[in-house]
Amino acid sequence: MAVLDSKVPKGPLAEKWNTHKNTINLVNPANKRNIDVIVVGTGLAGSSAAATLGELGYNVKTFCYNDSPRRAHSIAAQGGINASKNYQGDGDSNFRLFYDTIKGGDYRSREANVHRLAEVSSNIIDQCVAQGVPFAREYGGLLDNRSFGGVLVSRTFYAAGQTGQQLLLGAYSSLNRQINRGKVQPFNRHEMLDLVVVDGKARGIIARNLVTGEIERHGAHAVVIASGGYGNVFFLSTNAMGSNVMAAWRTHRRGAYFANPCYTQIHPTCIPVSGEHQSKLTLMSESLRNDGRIWVPKKLEDAEAIRAGKKRGVDLPEEDRDYYLERRYPAFGNLVPRDVASRAAKERCDAGYGVNKTGNAVYLDFAASFLRYGKVEALTHGHKNATEEEMIALGKKVIEKKYGNLFDMYRNITDENPYEVPMKIFPAVHYTMGGLWVDYNLQTTIPGCFAAGEANFSDHGANRLGASALMQGLADGYFVLPYTIGDYLSNEIRTGEISTDTPEFDQAEQDTRDRIDRLMKASGKHSVDYYHKKLGLIMWNKCGMSRNATDLQKAMDEIKELREDFWANVRVTGNPNTKNQELEKAGRVADFLELGELFAKDALTRNESCGGHFREEYQTEDGEALRDDENFAFVSAWEYNENPRDAKLHKEELVFENVELKTRSYK
Amino acid sequence: MKLNLKIWRQEGPEAKGKMVDYPLDGVDGDMSFLEMMDILNEKLINEGETPVEFDHDCREGICGSCNMMINGEPHGPQKLTTTCQLHMRKFKDGDTITVEPWRAKAFPVIKDLIVDRSAFDRIQQAGGYISVNTSGNTQDANSIPIEKSKADEAFWSATCIGCGACVAACKNASAMLFTSAKISQFALLPQGEVEATDRVRNMVRQMDEEGFGNCTNTGACMVECPKGIKLDNIARMNREYLKAETVA
Repeated sequence: MAVLDSKVPKGPLAEKWNTHKNTINLVNPANKRNIDVIVVGTGLAGSSAAATLGELGYNVKTFCYNDSPRRAHSIAAQGGINASKNYQGDGDSNFRLFYDTIKGGDYRSREANVHRLAEVSSNIIDQCVAQGVPFAREYGGLLDNRSFGGVLVSRTFYAAGQTGQQLLLGAYSSLNRQINRGKVQPFNRHEMLDLVVVDGKARGIIARNLVTGEIERHGAHAVVIASGGYGNVFFLSTNAMGSNVMAAWRTHRRGAYFANPCYTQIHPTCIPVSGEHQSKLTLMSESLRNDGRIWVPKKLEDAEAIRAGKKRGVDLPEEDRDYYLERRYPAFGNLVPRDVASRAAKERCDAGYGVNKTGNAVYLDFAASFLRYGKVEALTHGHKNATEEEMIALGKKVIEKKYGNLFDMYRNITDENPYEVPMKIFPAVHYTMGGLWVDYNLQTTIPGCFAAGEANFSDHGANRLGASALMQGLADGYFVLPYTIGDYLSNEIRTGEISTDTPEFDQAEQDTRDRIDRLMKASGKHSVDYYHKKLGLIMWNKCGMSRNATDLQKAMDEIKELREDFWANVRVTGNPNTKNQELEKAGRVADFLELGELFAKDALTRNESCGGHFREEYQTEDGEALRDDENFAFVSAWEYNENPRDAKLHKEELVFENVELKTRSYK
Repeated sequence: MKLNLKIWRQEGPEAKGKMVDYPLDGVDGDMSFLEMMDILNEKLINEGETPVEFDHDCREGICGSCNMMINGEPHGPQKLTTTCQLHMRKFKDGDTITVEPWRAKAFPVIKDLIVDRSAFDRIQQAGGYISVNTSGNTQDANSIPIEKSKADEAFWSATCIGCGACVAACKNASAMLFTSAKISQFALLPQGEVEATDRVRNMVRQMDEEGFGNCTNTGACMVECPKGIKLDNIARMNREYLKAETVA
């Protein structure tokens, strides 16, 4: 087991980033013009990195599987983006954002990275406003904020329920400016199928043109993987249908370590599964927990009657409702972090209190907010004697302004009107904290190969706080990677153009072609989706919200068997020399079938409960997660093996010099 | 329920396409339109046929990938709804449903229901941005207060998802609703002022070069837009354009 060097700079926590920026090597502007960088993925991290690298003068190529960079799944982020601006004067600071994030991540992230994230968070908001991102504002014309789970301040900036869209379109506009200047060349409808490593350094990629089926070679002095997370290993998740692990996994196969694969975020507020046909799950933003109260019936007989359609939740009197988050966690109430809220929902539903047909749903109720907002609205508009009905009507309008798009989406999907009856929600896979292991410079264990955004493992530990994914994606892309990559590229100024006419490119292209060939020639018994759904069920049942050693061992065996069956019997229709969505899916599912086994292995190895990783064997008497700091305060970084169960574990010990490791309590 | 689907099949950009009948049984009202298509495709695969290719990704109505002309309407019969958010409960047992790709000169068909919308990207590249480098030294985000109503209006213009329904709905295949939404967003914000003249000229020029038609004020685009982008945006773009030309 080798020791991993995180390359965290020396010195006091708050000075590390500045010191580092002042001492790393730079590339002079004339030399930047001779250096090529490939960026895979065009979400928040990829677009912002590509645009900034282009501004700095590097020649950039971007790759995305969609028809336009703007469609990356960052676009679907709803609630907001955190920054320690302290505009609300409620005592926020860089340290507090840092501390909340470390604590929220259950003390499984790197102090220096998280502090840097907090330091640049304010710059992100300044940058986005300068780009014309239309954040929500107050009547005085200044920016508005709201609260998210796991924190006691209002530091979340937002644009209605579509903050991710506005931030991504901001990054996309910066990217477009560089495309227009010729500094960035976009390769849309292209998918990275392999990383090319020459003399130990990342030197390019093999990509498939998804329209023509052509296999292409692209050389570069550095490759940035910003391809997002791997939540779709569960088949059902809030990810986009195409979100996949291929770019990251191909990089892993070529030598980059994969860190903490088992750290998965199950988001507490999603629309419950409605039937077998379900293709994906839809999130209802965490911001709704600012104004919605979560509850189930107090009495089992009420829950049973509701499930049987004999009673309606909305008619249940106040005293028969169990607002279980407010009951269990009075300090944070409905705004506990996601992992805590999800487990609490599962606990109630497992105990028989679920409120939809399947028994897997709890209520998210806005009735109290309608009244609260309506009262203020009536008073501020000079209506001093409003009736309760009038106030509720006014309150609904306020809620509509805040979350209208989410309420519409809910109504469309469920055919129920959330302005009249409480929403029904249930946890669903949403985000993956694990990913490619990177050092402080965001470099993977392959020199010249970097990872940014959700694709890396860096800042969220074992659980991500709400509104922190957008912050991290843009921090990496705008303010970290474009500078740290210079330290590596400063040694590349004499390298000259990277030729793609080398044995390594030949080999990588041949490997890719062979792989496609194998997929096309399998016996053709079952569709790709058949395998993906089976894998998803194994993952959800045995590696989901709670895990135990017996099930994890079984999951590993079942996934291995399924993988072998897949390669022998999958059916890929059409031919590989045209647009072929079945072939695209097959390649992605093949990688999920390897990742899934490593995921289970990682969960089995981590004999503790922390954040999103809950092992049934390790819990307190009242069912809270039981961490083991003595034995597990490390990052698990796995070295590739074609049998994922035999992957080799490398550890990065986590050092805490600025925070005291405590039991995370939101009571 | 049981449906009779009539779907446009076209093997490639140069191939001749045609409508093909697909009867489909076992469709549930809670399915989304795309989940219904998934079931059809699973059936086709199991029968050894090639599945229907269509663009889709987030399935939450925000990425703008999905683009089906359903019974002659972009994104189907339900207003303010993308194809992925359209649910089968809007249809009846025994319905015949036609599904076609967007039809416009500037959106050539790639395969089946997939069209090439890269023209939209090129319009944005021509000027849909504010020229500000990433430095960490831009001024504080609160240094310029912006009137809430203006900020909100800019936001509503910025909610365009770039799906192309406006072009598909327009008898002239005009992209003016799409282009004007971005121009409006920046025209309403103080940050957009500096480059306003060049922006509107360049984006309009690119829009014309791509082969999109002109606006004749029918308003079909606004009616069919899944995000409710308003016709006012086009008026604002025209005003910005006239202003730019007058200054010149």
